[in-house]
Amino acid sequence: MTALLTDYTLRVVALGAGVLGATAGALGCFAYLRRQSLLGDALSHAALPGIALAFLVTGSKAPLPIMVGAGVAGWLGTLAIGLVVRRSRVPADSALGMVLAVFFGVGLVLLTVIQRRPDAAQAGLESFLFGQAASLLRADVIVMAILGGGCLLALALLWKELQLLAFDSAFGSSLGRPMTLLDGIFTLLLVIAIVIGLRTVGVVLMSAMVVAPAAAARQLTTRLGSMVLVAAGIGVVAGVSGAVLSSVVPRLPTGPTIVLVLSSVVLMSLVLAPRRGLLWRRVRLRRLQPAAALDPVLMHLYALSRQHRDDPDHGHALAVLRTMSPPGSNLERALADLEARGLAHVVGDGLWAPTAIGRREAERLLARHSGDRP
Amino acid sequence: MPAVAGEVRVFGRPFERGRGEIAYVPQRASLEWDFPADVLDVVTMGTYGGLGWFKRPGRTERERALAALDEVAMGAFERRPIAQLSGGQQQRVLLARALVQDAPILMLDEPFQGVDAPTERAIVEVLDRLSDRGRTVIVVHHDLQTVPEYFDSVLLLNVRVIDAGPVAEVFTEDNLRLTFGGRVGMLAQLKAAKSDA
Repeated sequence: MTALLTDYTLRVVALGAGVLGATAGALGCFAYLRRQSLLGDALSHAALPGIALAFLVTGSKAPLPIMVGAGVAGWLGTLAIGLVVRRSRVPADSALGMVLAVFFGVGLVLLTVIQRRPDAAQAGLESFLFGQAASLLRADVIVMAILGGGCLLALALLWKELQLLAFDSAFGSSLGRPMTLLDGIFTLLLVIAIVIGLRTVGVVLMSAMVVAPAAAARQLTTRLGSMVLVAAGIGVVAGVSGAVLSSVVPRLPTGPTIVLVLSSVVLMSLVLAPRRGLLWRRVRLRRLQPAAALDPVLMHLYALSRQHRDDPDHGHALAVLRTMSPPGSNLERALADLEARGLAHVVGDGLWAPTAIGRREAERLLARHSGDRP
Repeated sequence: MPAVAGEVRVFGRPFERGRGEIAYVPQRASLEWDFPADVLDVVTMGTYGGLGWFKRPGRTERERALAALDEVAMGAFERRPIAQLSGGQQQRVLLARALVQDAPILMLDEPFQGVDAPTERAIVEVLDRLSDRGRTVIVVHHDLQTVPEYFDSVLLLNVRVIDAGPVAEVFTEDNLRLTFGGRVGMLAQLKAAKSDA
């Protein structure tokens, strides 16, 4: 990690990956909340023919033409998806899959054609598939920073409109907001976020940069602002560590490295997140377990109360209950819990009776044990 | 909501969104409630119509949202994440968001669908207060039993308009049969109620 402070190339690489992680992470939240996670995947795959064509036309791998080519192709991809959905009976997810496959296929063919050409300029174009952060140049990072910063600025300016778009677009329209236009703007921002990551992460795994930070951040937060900040933070950490790792370890592709880092963050948040995490739910379920231990005491109370049907509040002595319970069981605790749940109450000194709710609960339990549905 | 056909006029003028004439409460189930926002965030969205581009809601907007929350008896829930609300609470939050808009016309789409009895009462009370204040409240409603109790006027719709007007004149056996076909248990009850009266 000290290399990060001293090595100039590494610093450029880390900066680029950080910008990319922040932009994709922040915008990815809106894609995730709008259930458009797959759109990122389709967009990035659709960008490949654009990259190849931009290279064929300009003959160089300069960042701007490549990004413009990728962006235009990605944009055409979303238009194609929209067209298929509107004009045919093909559902949106299938349309997405079709467009993704067709565009990516065309891109691969073009890439093969280019690689057959004798000139040396094409070398390294295939790194757009899986990403090669080490190949980032200062010029690339400057373009990335400008575009990424622009996206984040637009996000901040259009915050409440994008919030409406994600939560309740119909309500936004009823307020007179141009939601269709905003949808277009959002797609454009997403295209830009994806385009700036293509050289670093590659078209194949770029969608993970969009989806994974948002998925992890959703587990950890309850408000949109904090979710976007956390997702951007996760994106930065994953981007920088992945890019640096792949630059230090020879022949390690950046995209898969970043995705591995991201996957572990997502996995940890799914398991460990407070309230929403698996572990939390497990612990809470465990806490509810003693409920089972309450049942026998409730059943005893119920059985006793059946002997005094005309007087439902007839009290039953603790000593009687104790003879009915197995030795060593914590009767006082169980009764206190039953009282807290409103299932039993004290009717005199050391005398207990089931409440009306308690009797009904006992009947429900009986019905369940005898096999009929309540 | 796109119009399939025809023209919408509000107060004699062709309808245009964004003039703040109509506050709309969508069906609760049409929204994704596992969304990172708290109750106050959602109600504050009702103030966005009056805010221009780029402007963030400030203290005034916050206070208006809180007042609307109090009106639907949800004042204590301002910081509750909306993912943790019950159906009735969700409906009240949506109503509060519409109240904030302070529009002359309030449109609600099935506000009583699957809510608890206290919420239904609370919503009806709020709507009654609005009506007393001279607002027009339009409700899409399917519970025939409560129509005479809750509403002044009724429009019966089955593909086309069957009849419209004051409940006493329009909510009749013949009209209901025209609207719902022969299978209306409510008809017998209406008859019974009439013979009681």
